[in-house]
Amino acid sequence: MNGNEPSPGETLMNIVVPLQQTPDLVEELEINADGTDIDRDAVTLQLSEWDGQALEEALLLKEAGAGSVTAVTIDGGEADAILFTALAKGVDRAVKLKPSGDAPTGLDHHALARLLAAAVAQLGADLVLTGVQSVEDLDGQLPVLLAAMLGWPHVSVVTGTELRGGAIAVKQEYSGGVMAELEARLPAVIGIQAARQAPRYAPVSKVRQIQKTAKLEEMPVEAPSGEAGLKIRRVFKPEIAGRAEILEGEPAEIAAKLVSLLKDRGLAI
Amino acid sequence: MAADVAVVVEHLNGTIAEVSFEMLGQGKRLAAALGGKLRAIVLGRDARAAAEACGTADAVLYVEHEALGGFDPEAHGKALAALCAESAPAVVLVGNSSKGMDLAPDLAVALGVPVVTNVGAVAIEGGTIVATSRLYGGKIHAEVQVAGGRAVLSVLAGAFPAEAGKSDRPAAVEGVAPPADLASRIAFQRLIEPEAADVDITKEDVLVSVGRGIQDKDNLEIVQELADALGCPLSASRPLVDLGWMPKSRQVGKSGVTVKPKLYIAIGISGAPEHVQGMKDAATIVAINSDPKAPIFDVAHYGVAADLFDVVPALTEKVRELKG
Ligand SMILES: Cc1cc2nc3c(=O)[nH]c(=O)nc-3n(C[C@H](O)[C@H](O)[C@H](O)COP(=O)(O)OP(=O)(O)OC[C@H]3O[C@@H](n4cnc5c(N)ncnc54)[C@H](O)[C@@H]3O)c2cc1C
Ligand SMILES: Nc1ncnc2c1ncn2[C@@H]1O[C@H](COP(=O)(O)O)[C@@H](O)[C@H]1O
Repeated sequence: MNGNEPSPGETLMNIVVPLQQTPDLVEELEINADGTDIDRDAVTLQLSEWDGQALEEALLLKEAGAGSVTAVTIDGGEADAILFTALAKGVDRAVKLKPSGDAPTGLDHHALARLLAAAVAQLGADLVLTGVQSVEDLDGQLPVLLAAMLGWPHVSVVTGTELRGGAIAVKQEYSGGVMAELEARLPAVIGIQAARQAPRYAPVSKVRQIQKTAKLEEMPVEAPSGEAGLKIRRVFKPEIAGRAEILEGEPAEIAAKLVSLLKDRGLAI
Repeated sequence: MAADVAVVVEHLNGTIAEVSFEMLGQGKRLAAALGGKLRAIVLGRDARAAAEACGTADAVLYVEHEALGGFDPEAHGKALAALCAESAPAVVLVGNSSKGMDLAPDLAVALGVPVVTNVGAVAIEGGTIVATSRLYGGKIHAEVQVAGGRAVLSVLAGAFPAEAGKSDRPAAVEGVAPPADLASRIAFQRLIEPEAADVDITKEDVLVSVGRGIQDKDNLEIVQELADALGCPLSASRPLVDLGWMPKSRQVGKSGVTVKPKLYIAIGISGAPEHVQGMKDAATIVAINSDPKAPIFDVAHYGVAADLFDVVPALTEKVRELKG
């Protein structure tokens, strides 16, 4: 499974996909005691939605003959489950990053980018694909910070890629369905908005089987200190502005109220 | 100079993005609070025409160069960094758009100043820049204070009124030479316009809009029936388009279209900032969502905090009864 070594003379590209673990928004998030972060002991972590799209796009490139895909995530949380699932989906290597000190929190993307830049250098990547954003973008989106720290070109909001020799052709999406086609010379960092197809599903049985046979790699990385230059004064749940008038009752009652409201206002009925 | 505010103006095919006017309006207030000037920055092959439309700014700096014709993140990044390094504004406002997502963090690293993303509010408190960032799909906000008195702020569309940034005043435009080095490892190749769609949802009076709460493609029938009863088309949030369940032409929001119907019924849509920016100005907004804390209830006029699978069929039935 691991160690898809290139044969001599063959130039295989190494695509690195950093996978962020972010809170599941389906659950109610709580604020920590001093009000400066969410309560990280109480959250359920999951693979960031857009990183799942980046992983799919990387696998599609691999299947088109690009080379190998290495998934990395910081140790802790759901690292094992996320990496075994990535292996089941077809990545060649799955690496747990072990920071020398405290791992950066979700709200410090400068530190995270610094740590990942070190990992990417150690892994010798030609291309990094990662989610265009995460739900924790306080101090900049990760792909661009990472590219800036590596000194590589970057393109964000990408919905399709194609390798062309030493370059990657991408579609960058603007609003209103307008897109641009760009070509970036490698090495580069691409921020994926959506893969060409919905992320594939890894059957639980396959993940379980991989878990028994494959071993996750571990890689020590230096834990950088914060450099975002931001002081979080408070983290809070916005007051629902009270704009919405909430209609209560059984479904049939709610429906009746709503329909009469719309009728009174001459809307659609 | 360290008290000035700069706004990076975004334009495409001669049209200035609405968020740029929103930032010009807010930038004016920030510049006044800091005791500095407001500058607009316009980059492009033909930047001057767009520059002329930025009369709100005290000065409009524009840079024209062949390499800035299409949006090449590296060439635009270099031109912007050179301009900001020289004029050293305290605050640079960049829209958190596709282009802005490439520009803002990059500029911050190049200038060695902090960046705040997803900014929905900003104030100057005793000379200190304080910004509020909307995180976790709008469910949690973070108020941050910037160290060092300078920052790049990546501003959410729709956070500030655009009117305050529009002015008939002739703009004081000034052409600035591009930096000597605009060499880029990226080549902009072409714009791709969207294919014509069967319906143009921006022209509809009523929209039934559906999000990930619908859970399964087959369940779309439930909302389609409501739309049929009301005689309107379906629109959707982005994830349904990415899943291939709905055509791209029906997508409402940041990377879709902005709609302003008389009635917008959001079903199983959480109200992430990227969605809200595309529908918040609808005249009447109804939201149906099982999570009473969903941010969509912030912009809705009428809310139903219940399971869509119970409420929508009941609603369809009532509409049918009334319409006979
Ligand atoms: C660059 C960029 C551009 C983007 N552009 C857009 C855009 O143009 N448009 C857009 O929409 N998004 C856009 N997004 C995505 C955006 O960030 C959100 O991911 C998206 O809006 C979420 O869609 P949703 O509300 O349907 O899904 P979710 O956030 O998953 O919300 C689903 C909602 O359904 C509710 N629900 C679940 N079950 C039920 C039930 N049985 N009954 C009632 N309610 C239920 C849940 O409570 C939840 O609130 C963009 C993202 C990026 C990075
Ligand atoms: N049991 C399943 N079998 C096949 N595909 C699935 C299954 N569950 C979810 N999927 C698909 O996997 C993707 C991720 O789904 P989810 O894990 O529910 O977010 C979506 O494209 C689903 O349609």
